[in-house]
Amino acid sequence: MEKVLSKNVGIPHVQRIDVYIAQGGYQAARKALLELKPQELIEMVKKSGLQGRGGAGFPTGLKWDFMPKDPDITRYLCINFDEGEPGTFKDRYLVENDPHQVLEGAIIAAYAGGARRAYVYTRGEFSLGIERWEKAIAEAYEHGLLGDDILGTEFSLDVSVHRGAGAYVCGEETALMESVEGKRGEPRLKPPFPTQAGLFGQPTLINNVETLACVPHIVLRGAEWFAQIGTEKSKGPKLFCVSGHVEKPGNYELPMGITLREIIYEHAGGIKGGRKLKAVIPGGTSTPMLTPEHLDVPMAFETLPKVGSMLGTGAVIVMDETTCIVNAVLHMARFYAHESCGKCVPCRIGTHMMLKILEGIEAGEGKDGDIELLLGICENMLGNTFCPLGDAAISPVASSIKHFRDEYEYHIRERKCLV
Amino acid sequence: MSPQTLDKELQPAEPARRSKMLDTLYAAQEQYGYLSEEALRHVADQLSLSLQDTFSTASFYSLYHLKPTGQYVIQVCEGLVCFLGDGAERLVDYLRKKLGIEVGETTSDGKFTLETVQCLAACETSPAMRINDELHDNLTEAKVDTILDQLARG
Repeated sequence: MEKVLSKNVGIPHVQRIDVYIAQGGYQAARKALLELKPQELIEMVKKSGLQGRGGAGFPTGLKWDFMPKDPDITRYLCINFDEGEPGTFKDRYLVENDPHQVLEGAIIAAYAGGARRAYVYTRGEFSLGIERWEKAIAEAYEHGLLGDDILGTEFSLDVSVHRGAGAYVCGEETALMESVEGKRGEPRLKPPFPTQAGLFGQPTLINNVETLACVPHIVLRGAEWFAQIGTEKSKGPKLFCVSGHVEKPGNYELPMGITLREIIYEHAGGIKGGRKLKAVIPGGTSTPMLTPEHLDVPMAFETLPKVGSMLGTGAVIVMDETTCIVNAVLHMARFYAHESCGKCVPCRIGTHMMLKILEGIEAGEGKDGDIELLLGICENMLGNTFCPLGDAAISPVASSIKHFRDEYEYHIRERKCLV
Repeated sequence: MSPQTLDKELQPAEPARRSKMLDTLYAAQEQYGYLSEEALRHVADQLSLSLQDTFSTASFYSLYHLKPTGQYVIQVCEGLVCFLGDGAERLVDYLRKKLGIEVGETTSDGKFTLETVQCLAACETSPAMRINDELHDNLTEAKVDTILDQLARG
C-alpha cells in the first residue's frame, strides 16, 4: 500500500516547517480554512468513515458533529498524546518523525469543532515528543498558521503543550481533562460527554494523534479516496505497531483489514528464530489475546470482536512457544494494578486481587480454585468500573484462561512452568 | 457547568491557574531535587491551593518524587514487551548488582536511583530505560556500562 501517514518518515529534517511545507504540508489546512465551512469538513470526515485510532474506534466525524455550533460558546480541543497502552508506539513515531502532520490535523479539527484553544496532552516520559511539539507549535505561529486570524481568516487558535506526569489512566478522555486542569487524573462520570461539558466544563473535542494525522489527507484527497481503503466498516490506513517475538519489530502502515498473518509473517519477518507462534495480542494489552488459529482474521473494528477480541490501538504483541503465558499475564496484571487510579472499588480491589493470585501461581503457590476465583473477579469487574481501565485489566486474564487454561492448571498442580 | 461566553480575557481564571499545577510541580522538583514538604508548600502558595490538595495531586503521578532521589534516576521499562524480549528482568538484575542497590533505592554516593516503570512505548527497540529525561533503548549490558560509566565520571 502507498504510504500515507508515514509518507514523510525518513525525509531529512521534515520536522522543520519549511521542509514539511515543501512536501505539500499545510495545503490541507489552507483548503479547509479558506474553502470549506466547518460543517462541510464534519460531513467530509463522516463520509470518510474515519474512526478514532486511540483504541475505542468512535466515528470521528460524528464526534466532531456533537460539538455545539453556537459561536458564543467557548470550546476546546484536546490532542491525546498520552500513548501508554503497552505495546503501542505509533503516536510517538508520528510526532517524533512528522509533528507538523499531526498539528495540521489538529488545526483543521479545531476549526471544524469551533475551538480557539487547544491543548496537546503528552506523556511526561516523551521528552523528544514534547520537544518536537514545542518546536512545531512555535514554527506554526511564526508562519501564521497559529495565533490570530490564521491565513487571513477570522479563525484564531492557540495551542500549548501540557506535559503529563506518569499515569496511564490519563489517556482516558475525562481523566486527561482532569489532568489538564491540574488535578489527580481520575476519570469523570459520563454523561456528560466531553463534547457537552469537557475541559473546564466547556464543550471539548478530544482526538488521538493518529486520528488527527489522517485528517489532512482526507481533506486533500477526499472522503471517497479514504473510504476505499480498508474494509466495509473500518476505513483508511492504519499504523500497526508490531513487537515481541518477531524478526522485525516496528511500525507498519497498512490498510485496515489486513490479516494478522500478513502483518506478522510478510511485514514483520515472521517469528524470531523460526520458532512457533503461541499467542498474539492484536491491539495492545487491553485487547484479549488470540491464538494461531485466528491468524486470518482481518484487523478491523468489526471483525476482531467475532473472534473475541478488539482492534484497540492496533499494537500487535507476538508471543512465541517459549513464552510462559502465566508469567506474561502476571506482567500485564502488574501494569493494571499499578495504573488503576483507585477511584472505583471494582478496579482498585479487583486488579490487586488478580495480581496477588497470579503472583501466587507463578511462585508455585497456586491453589485449587484460583482459576475460578480469577474468572469470578473478571465477571464482577466487567462493565462495573468507572472507566474502561477495569475492562482492559480483565482482557489478558480472561482471554489467557480461555485459551491456555491447561497452562494455569499445570502451574498450580506441578508448581512450575510448562515451558 | 454552563458554557461561558468566548472572551480571551475572561477565561475562567481559577481553573486556568490550577492547570499550571503539573508544570509547577515539575519546576519545584527541579529546584528542590524532589517534592519535599517545603517544595510542595511553595507550589501550594504559588497556586493558592492547600498543601493537602497539592500533595494529593503530586502523589497521583509517578514522575513526581516525594522522597529524595539520586542525581540520576534510572527507570527500567518492565512492560510486557521488554519482558518478552527477556530484557527487562535481566537488565534490572544487572543494574542491581552493578549499583549494589535494590529497586527503589539510591546509591550511597547519591548518584543513582534505580526504579522500574511501565511501558515506555519503545517496544520496537526494547529493552529500554530512561535516565532523568533521556530515553536509552536497544540496551545491552555493554551499552549500560558505557552510559553509566559516563554519568559516574561526569
